[in-house]
Amino acid sequence: MTLSAGPATVPLLSVEGLTKLFGSFAACNAIDLDIAPGEIHALLGENGAGKSTLVKMLFGVLQPSAGRILWEGQPVTIASPGEARRLGIGMVFQHFSLFEALTVGENIALSLDPKISLARISDEAASLSKAYGLPLDPNAHVADLSVGERQRIEIVRALLQNPKLIILDEPTSVLTPQEADRLFETLFKLKAEGRSVLYISHRLEEVRRICDRATVLRHGKVTGACDPKQETPASLARMMVGSDVAEVHRDGSVAPGDIRLEVSNLSVPARTPFAISLRNIAIKVRAGEVLAIAGVAGNGQSELFDALSGEYPVADDEAVRIRGKAVGKTGINGRRLLGAGFVPEERHGHAAVSAMPLSDNLLLARSRSDKKAFLSGGFASIVRHDAIRSAARRICEAMDVRKSGEDPIAGSLSGGNLQKFIVGRELDRQPSVLIVNQPTWGVDAGAASRIRQALIDLAKAGSAVVVISQDLDEIFEVATNIAVISEGRLSEPHPAGSLTLERIGLMMGGIHDSHSIPEAAHAH
Amino acid sequence: MRIELEKRPRVSLLFSVLSPLLALVLTLVFGAIMFWLLGKSPLNALYVYFVEPLLEVWSLHELAIKAAPLILIGVGLAVCYRSNNWNIGAEGQFTIGAIAGSILPVLYPQWHSWIILPLMLVMGMAGGALYAGIPALLKTRFNTNEILTSLMLVYIAQLFLDWLVRGPWRDPQGYNFPQTKSFQVEAVLPEMLASGRAHWAFVFAIVAAVALWFMMRFMLKGFEVSVLGQSERAGRFAGFSARRMVWFAMLLSGALAGLAGISEVSGSIGHVQPSISPGYGFTAIIVAFLGRLNPLGIVASGLVLALTYLGGEAAQLSIGISDKVSRVFQGLLLFFVLSCDTLIHYRIKLVFSDVRTVEAKG
Repeated sequence: MTLSAGPATVPLLSVEGLTKLFGSFAACNAIDLDIAPGEIHALLGENGAGKSTLVKMLFGVLQPSAGRILWEGQPVTIASPGEARRLGIGMVFQHFSLFEALTVGENIALSLDPKISLARISDEAASLSKAYGLPLDPNAHVADLSVGERQRIEIVRALLQNPKLIILDEPTSVLTPQEADRLFETLFKLKAEGRSVLYISHRLEEVRRICDRATVLRHGKVTGACDPKQETPASLARMMVGSDVAEVHRDGSVAPGDIRLEVSNLSVPARTPFAISLRNIAIKVRAGEVLAIAGVAGNGQSELFDALSGEYPVADDEAVRIRGKAVGKTGINGRRLLGAGFVPEERHGHAAVSAMPLSDNLLLARSRSDKKAFLSGGFASIVRHDAIRSAARRICEAMDVRKSGEDPIAGSLSGGNLQKFIVGRELDRQPSVLIVNQPTWGVDAGAASRIRQALIDLAKAGSAVVVISQDLDEIFEVATNIAVISEGRLSEPHPAGSLTLERIGLMMGGIHDSHSIPEAAHAH
Repeated sequence: MRIELEKRPRVSLLFSVLSPLLALVLTLVFGAIMFWLLGKSPLNALYVYFVEPLLEVWSLHELAIKAAPLILIGVGLAVCYRSNNWNIGAEGQFTIGAIAGSILPVLYPQWHSWIILPLMLVMGMAGGALYAGIPALLKTRFNTNEILTSLMLVYIAQLFLDWLVRGPWRDPQGYNFPQTKSFQVEAVLPEMLASGRAHWAFVFAIVAAVALWFMMRFMLKGFEVSVLGQSERAGRFAGFSARRMVWFAMLLSGALAGLAGISEVSGSIGHVQPSISPGYGFTAIIVAFLGRLNPLGIVASGLVLALTYLGGEAAQLSIGISDKVSRVFQGLLLFFVLSCDTLIHYRIKLVFSDVRTVEAKG
């Protein structure tokens, strides 16, 4: 292991024109990247910017469509994670792959040579973890450990293979600030030994604090390479979210009407260890308004959607009001009966059952609200397949859903077409309140603009619309008001016209907690 | 080298339909090989096993008697499995249903009224449902695995029955045999036709199969079962409760198993004894899968599996092979049904891994 990290040395890893195509979609587009020995290199970008795809190619999980990877100056093909490990690349994934019923030592042994005895692995793991300030008891059961401790297992597992480059994917997203501090100390130790770290994050403060260099990705392309210590969070954010301000096309504003959706003092504890708890959320949406909720994924968006939709009703009935009626404890169908419609983020297995035909997926969302039209036979609730099929046909025509066959299964439609159907399924009811989570996630541009236009039109027709989205261009296109969700807290809403992309980017990165940024301080 | 299952992009419709038949043919082929290894003429053995029982009226009646509990239990299990609840304990629910339904004739042998039979059937269903309610309660409350709990409850039910008929329920005039008094005539399920022994349980089975087919095909409840079975999250989005579905599925399959139990005791046996079932509750699992979890398909597969029971008895008598052969046939059939289904959805891929990769893992 060399300790020299001068600028003249050959980069440990360099990537030239690396491209990954999924169909015609370029998740990574001609990426160039250099990682010097002994540096902590940040890979910055929003969700969907191509960070994960890039590191999967570096770790041999995915194969690049074009471009090449140089390891210590030599071109290499990384065909599998095993090969990546042999080269000296270790990876700590965002979601751990650990067996809860096994001990720490056993979990580590699983990824190593089966010939090495468990006792030896446990000893080595214990001494290694102590040396790096990551105390671990090899005999502890994983089920009993905290998230931070579990991450240590993954890190120790990577370190045991004596890697020259360690890739960490969003390591702090699951850590408490104290745990994160300890992790940073470990990273500095690794750096002092001459190892390199590729640190993936969207948290600007962290990156500024620990990283030597940063490469910023947006829409699969490198939009900047810099020394983060020389940059301001604002300039980093601009590279991350792009400086091209989308123009808002909204002809004629509608005078806001009465309050349709009111959320006050909504606090929900986290259901699972990976969930975010919601704290004191307050929302008011009037008829004719589109409230967009921006934020980086995993900051409480899906939890907020669950609470608003009533899939997981909340303890306080008064916390959520739809058209003036307290519905906190009411389930999703009760809220639908009040005129609310919902579009969840995940299409397959949440908004739709992939193996069922479109007509059944229409019934899925509307079996209660359209009881009169879709069911007959009173108590027996006989499904009127004909009526549902013709309604599905109507929705497909209205939203221009391209499909093969009369009533194909949902799984056979492309993402964009299925999403058009799922949104159309709600619009067809003319909901007076519509709550949409990531309406155009993974949807082609044509379908996305169709869906956005439909949301704007719905608000114009006098409904209240809430759009939870990570896509800032989309937010500026549809929103009349914008609020930002970060770590389960929602900012005050601001009129869309008064915000810049840069301000929102800062608020999304969690900078609004910091007092050093005066222009964002009042964002609370 | 390792073997991987790779999902097929398209599932062949033809083979989805043919799969149960293919499994049946493979079972026959391997059965023939088994008979050959046992030193019997394979063709003759198969004839005795699968054809002879169909040639006489009395044995067709036996077929209906054996098929009735298999179909009754099988259709209940099919709904249960479609909803992604894995009730493996139908044998126990069958036993408890038989016990609960027998309370009246055993304790009140002097009661002569037409009402006794309907009451017995209702109590049998209630007993089976309540017994299936135990794993449902454990699953909804403590998130236990219903496969394990329902299976373990089978053995408890069987031992309880054993204790009852050797102890408190034993017939005092029964020469110390471990069985109860014979049921009074009002408590015996009558025969369907004058030509033979087959009783009304077969009618119950057909009615249950048609009713559940209608439910799954045309009713919102059936839709709810399929949605929750395929995606609990989508079910929640639809406003369906997965917890209530656990109760519905378990209670329904338990009640039908209980009905099968009391029908068997009341119609075929006429009293309660330590052994009341040749494993109907377990065989019904095969019936359910062979019938592709479709209630109408289960009527057909129930008749096929009933034939393996009859054939086993016939083969024991005329060619002198153990009736355990019928278990072997059932096992073969389940194995081939499941593997045919798997191979329809997946293709086998042999992966010869790169030598360097293997080294790298070291």
